Amino acid sequence: MTTTADIHEPTFLAGDEFSIPTFRLLKQDGTLHEGAKAPDLEQDKALAIYHAMVATRVLDERMLAAQRQGRLSFYMQCTGEEAAVVGATAALDDADMIMAQYREQGALVYRGFTFDEFMNQLFGNELDYGKGRQMPIHYGSRKLHYMTISSPLGTQIPQATGYAYGQKLAGDGKCTTVFFGEGAASEGDFHAALNMAAVHEVPVIFFCRNNGYAISTPSIEQFAADGVAPRAFGYRMHVIRVDGNDILAVYSATQEARRIAVENNKPVLIEAMSYRLAAHSSSDDPSGYRSKKEEEAWREKDPILRMQRWLNDLGWWNEEEEKALQESLRKEVLETMKRAEKRPPPPLDSMVSDVYADVTPELQRQLDALKAHIRQYPDAYPKGARSLDPDVRAADDTAAKGGE
Amino acid sequence: MPTKNMLQAINNALDIAMGEDDKVLCFGEDVGSFGGVFRATSHLQEKYGRARCFNTPLVEQGIIGFANGLAAQGSVPVAEIQFADYIFPAFDQIVNETAKFRYRSGDLFNVGGLTIRAPYGGGIAGGLYHSQSPEAYFAHTPGLKVVIPRDPYQAKGLLLASIRDPDPVIFFEPKRLYRAAVGEVPEEDYQLPLGEAEVTKEGTDVTLVGWGAQMEVIDRAVELAEKDGISCEVIDLRSLLPWDQDSVAESVFKTGRLVVTHEAPRTGGFAGEIAAVVQERCFLYLESPIARVTGMDTPFPLTLEKEYLADHLKIVEAIRATVNF
Repeated sequence: MTTTADIHEPTFLAGDEFSIPTFRLLKQDGTLHEGAKAPDLEQDKALAIYHAMVATRVLDERMLAAQRQGRLSFYMQCTGEEAAVVGATAALDDADMIMAQYREQGALVYRGFTFDEFMNQLFGNELDYGKGRQMPIHYGSRKLHYMTISSPLGTQIPQATGYAYGQKLAGDGKCTTVFFGEGAASEGDFHAALNMAAVHEVPVIFFCRNNGYAISTPSIEQFAADGVAPRAFGYRMHVIRVDGNDILAVYSATQEARRIAVENNKPVLIEAMSYRLAAHSSSDDPSGYRSKKEEEAWREKDPILRMQRWLNDLGWWNEEEEKALQESLRKEVLETMKRAEKRPPPPLDSMVSDVYADVTPELQRQLDALKAHIRQYPDAYPKGARSLDPDVRAADDTAAKGGE
Repeated sequence: MPTKNMLQAINNALDIAMGEDDKVLCFGEDVGSFGGVFRATSHLQEKYGRARCFNTPLVEQGIIGFANGLAAQGSVPVAEIQFADYIFPAFDQIVNETAKFRYRSGDLFNVGGLTIRAPYGGGIAGGLYHSQSPEAYFAHTPGLKVVIPRDPYQAKGLLLASIRDPDPVIFFEPKRLYRAAVGEVPEEDYQLPLGEAEVTKEGTDVTLVGWGAQMEVIDRAVELAEKDGISCEVIDLRSLLPWDQDSVAESVFKTGRLVVTHEAPRTGGFAGEIAAVVQERCFLYLESPIARVTGMDTPFPLTLEKEYLADHLKIVEAIRATVNF
């Protein structure tokens, strides 16, 4: 609905009268800003959050290294954005749906996705929930209410609006949080999603990770406006901009956003200002489009270090505990990686399952023809051949062991 | 048995589906209190409330994105795209999301509850953008089911089956027949099978295959051909994905001749797929080349619509040429 006063001169507005502040609680030295009040966060929960942030960092470091060693085809790091992702997740109910973009593994870590589960997906082995069908980092977990990742950018945003509409009708007091980058916010799906959520009064939190870059494109070439946040006004939606490297601010803002979403059935937009400290992916090299100096400046705003200092000041964490945690996480990553690498690929039949609820006659014909072909050339298709013929499988296993 | 036109049959199917299951929702542009521009959703909002039957903003990619999310959540959305010509902003959501949801998650999540309804086809002076038959784009996408009814009875039974099917279905409705096609439709609930063709007329000399509004055109052509003494077997494919290869092949084994017809342009049209499969499976039984009677490889014209369309005269000529090859 449009409600407006009359004017009699052609006066244009450019939106400059709206200046969106940034919500901050924690300074980089681990102390609170003047007048800031820390959210009510018990020691156990604070440590769980911190643990998830560190585990995400360690996982990312080790798996990027594994990619560089050629053990893994592809990887994407969350590095620098752990507070935004884990802080938001910690403020939700564990049964709220999360629809992520692809850089939000911290949410899964926080909810208890094990390193084994991560590794099975990364290596696409027979235990991968996605049955080896998607590239690494496309995780999903039904039990942890984390929608399986899809590569097309922004498609999850209107889906979140729909999912949350269903939650509202179900009346179970749950909401959906959808993560996306400031680049994906340029997709048409973003605008469709926010408008529909506002019109249909849907309990959804749109969480934008404004990390400065969409691969190589800086945010200044993504939009002329002051970030993504002002768009909320156009949809008549609650909005807050938050320091994405400030775990307490992210947690507190998301907690309040969830209250608005669930109690009032109103969507909320959160724009978390952060920086993608790592490359876009293992296939990208940022040295071609941004300076080391710029990266260094952001490295000093490391969200993990900031939280660690706050915990240390409270006496909830110390250096020995830090060292022990880092060591045990590194060890666990290496052990789980080795286990996952050794596991066989998904069976050949899984190529045609789940296209439909049941395999169609035509798909069965195609699979039968493929099997006949692979039997003819088993050496050319070792992964498929091993699930056809026990002898081939045994030979394949022997060869694999010999290669180690 | 009461008679209904196709819109009444569709409306009746939606009413039954919403009545039996609270999770069924109908939405799209103008779908709410107005009941849709063709009135397929008339009175559903009155009966089931605004939460379950409602207007959406004018954004097709949003409608299908929203529907995908709802279906993933466990609801049973029936989303309307006002004209099949306007489905393309939602192409990404349908092809990359709807179709791949179950596969990519290893069946952790699926959008099997989703049905997308869209009126398609020409013959209503709709020009380029109210006439298209985009079925072949979607029939090229594993994970989708594509269903097209030919009359009111089929529309009700196939739509109820589509809504209850465990896979996402695109249900194209022949809008030229919305009011023109009237037939007996039982009041009670019934379903017709997806993925199964129907032999609507038996014959021995030539097999005709089509779907949707084209079935009525085939019937007119067959009437003319039979006056010439040509015995025609007619098959309504009903589902394009997955499609019933066995029924078509079985018929061609008997007749040795095949004419396939659709409104959509020829190149890349679904008739090519049918022809390819039939020559693979029936090569030694074929007495003549498989004929395609289709729209032209042009955008859909307005003034020259009659000339463009694959009408009964073009089909009867193809029948004669095939039989007299």
